Amino acid sequence: MAVTESQYIIDDRDTPRFRVHRSALVELDVLEQERRLIFDRSWLFVGHESEVSEPHEFRTRRVGGRPVILTRHSDGSVQVFINSCPHRGMQIESRPEGSGRFLKCFYHGWSFDTEGTLVALPGEDSYGPDFDRHNLCLARPPKLASYRGFIFLAWTDEIADLETYLGGSLDIFDLFADQSDEGMRIIGGTHYYAAKANWKLLAENSFDGYHALTTHHRYLAMLKASGKDMSTVMTRSGGPALAWDLGNGHAVIGGSDGSGAQNTGLGRDLPNQAALDAQVARRDHFAAKYGEDWANRMFAGRNMVVFPNLALVDLVMGITIRTFYPVSPDYMEVTAWSLQPSDDDPVLREMRQENFLTFWGPAGLATPDDIEALERCQEGFKAYEHAPWNDISRGMASGRPNSMDELQMRVFWREWDRRMTGTAHPTEGLAAPRAGRVDWPYPPGRAVAAGAD
Amino acid sequence: MQGEIEAFLYNDADLLDRWQLKEWFEQFTPDCHYFVPSTDRPDGNPDEDLYFVRDDWFLLSQRVDALLGGTAWAESPQSTTHRMISNVRVEELGNDELEVKANVLVHRSRGSRLDAFPAFLTLLLQRSTHGGFLIRERRAVLAMEELRPHGRLSILI
Repeated sequence: MAVTESQYIIDDRDTPRFRVHRSALVELDVLEQERRLIFDRSWLFVGHESEVSEPHEFRTRRVGGRPVILTRHSDGSVQVFINSCPHRGMQIESRPEGSGRFLKCFYHGWSFDTEGTLVALPGEDSYGPDFDRHNLCLARPPKLASYRGFIFLAWTDEIADLETYLGGSLDIFDLFADQSDEGMRIIGGTHYYAAKANWKLLAENSFDGYHALTTHHRYLAMLKASGKDMSTVMTRSGGPALAWDLGNGHAVIGGSDGSGAQNTGLGRDLPNQAALDAQVARRDHFAAKYGEDWANRMFAGRNMVVFPNLALVDLVMGITIRTFYPVSPDYMEVTAWSLQPSDDDPVLREMRQENFLTFWGPAGLATPDDIEALERCQEGFKAYEHAPWNDISRGMASGRPNSMDELQMRVFWREWDRRMTGTAHPTEGLAAPRAGRVDWPYPPGRAVAAGAD
Repeated sequence: MQGEIEAFLYNDADLLDRWQLKEWFEQFTPDCHYFVPSTDRPDGNPDEDLYFVRDDWFLLSQRVDALLGGTAWAESPQSTTHRMISNVRVEELGNDELEVKANVLVHRSRGSRLDAFPAFLTLLLQRSTHGGFLIRERRAVLAMEELRPHGRLSILI
């Protein structure tokens, strides 16, 4: 064992101890480097194919700080364009969502079809006989790819293909995507919110099991008041749930015991027999289709962060997708969506709607307190020159990190440091690159610190 | 009627600004709902679309208890709020029910920050047998396109 360190991270495997210097969460030049070395060299989440389910539907958003249009062409293909007119640069579409056969720039009236081709411009004659409209198509990000409905782009050509980049996280995407035979869908309504904190704090927070008991006391009090058996909550979401390093900076915490269809994870109990019957039928269906082990994992909760800024969290009865981008070192914009089975039973959909909002979202019983915690960390960091280190060592000594430990955050930070400083911190043990439905849970020896119990 | 409803709304705002949330919650019927839609779906359906808040009586009671309980960290210590109400309109629906629409502007101050929450408030009121009114449905549609930079809606609107 040894110590590997940079100006930001001391990864001491002897003591053991893992520390992150708070300058990484405060300084402006760090953010400038992050834009170049991380956000411009990663696959970034654009959206889900269900958001543009019909031809000519579009969504606009910023991805990695740059405006894009996500749309679907009449041939069914998903298209992503830079939302800037090739003529003089104006943002073409400013509505967050809509539908139309043509994307029209109002500044000078140039129109594009949903394949990005310039199809009309006023006074084309003035451009001379050799003018070719096809040289003035909408620009595209250098790379675009999707995996099971999740669409990503990269702002560089020099990057591994999407599936290589996602590595071990592909299994986890499968656990989300497999939850519907008709396909998962993002429902209407988006949470556009923010936090006055460094963006990396939300990466940490999105799979931090340790904070739940104290930060989310009021959420757990609600669960208890609802009549929920709290011993179930803690065993399903805490103790036996483990952490896995999925490679390339991605990590997940999650359970593997979704054996009981009545398990609602961190949500309220199913309200009646009809809901229970519907959930049993769903579980039986997927167990028959994919096998018991995979169904156990599907019906257990999990929190994954895909490096650098995509979180997918399944609380069993509610799935959120969120991205978070830095605007400044101490301010991030967060966007969150709700992912649901498109063929869901109405009773279960009601449960998902309720559980999602009760926990998450900027008016839930949990997320506002997370934001408060992150903002108060940021306030504390103002003294970083004199109180310089964050400690993220939990579980290093155990040899068997679980969801209450901090392996998943160390995975994030080691990749962050590799990108930022080139420092190669050894892993604590990688999960199988891709275990798949058959081999899950990961075979002993290849799992993170005996992750397969 | 107009004056009676305005007095009701002013009292409602006063209870919230003074954090008299138990008394505030006593105004709700057992079958009540409290809704706040997402900013991009102001007309959304709470059964289909993603909302910010879709509380029934139980969840609203938990929200109130938590806000007073000391572990709602986003509101512990409690923020200072200040509500203005205007544009009050009343429609009688029959059966002692009324629909009340009003514009509200809530300011929330905490430390050095001051956030404004403008909203369209719609209340479905029921005339109580003891005089006064009870709230069956409270819907606050934020007149905002994003919850930024606020980041949270930790108070009641």
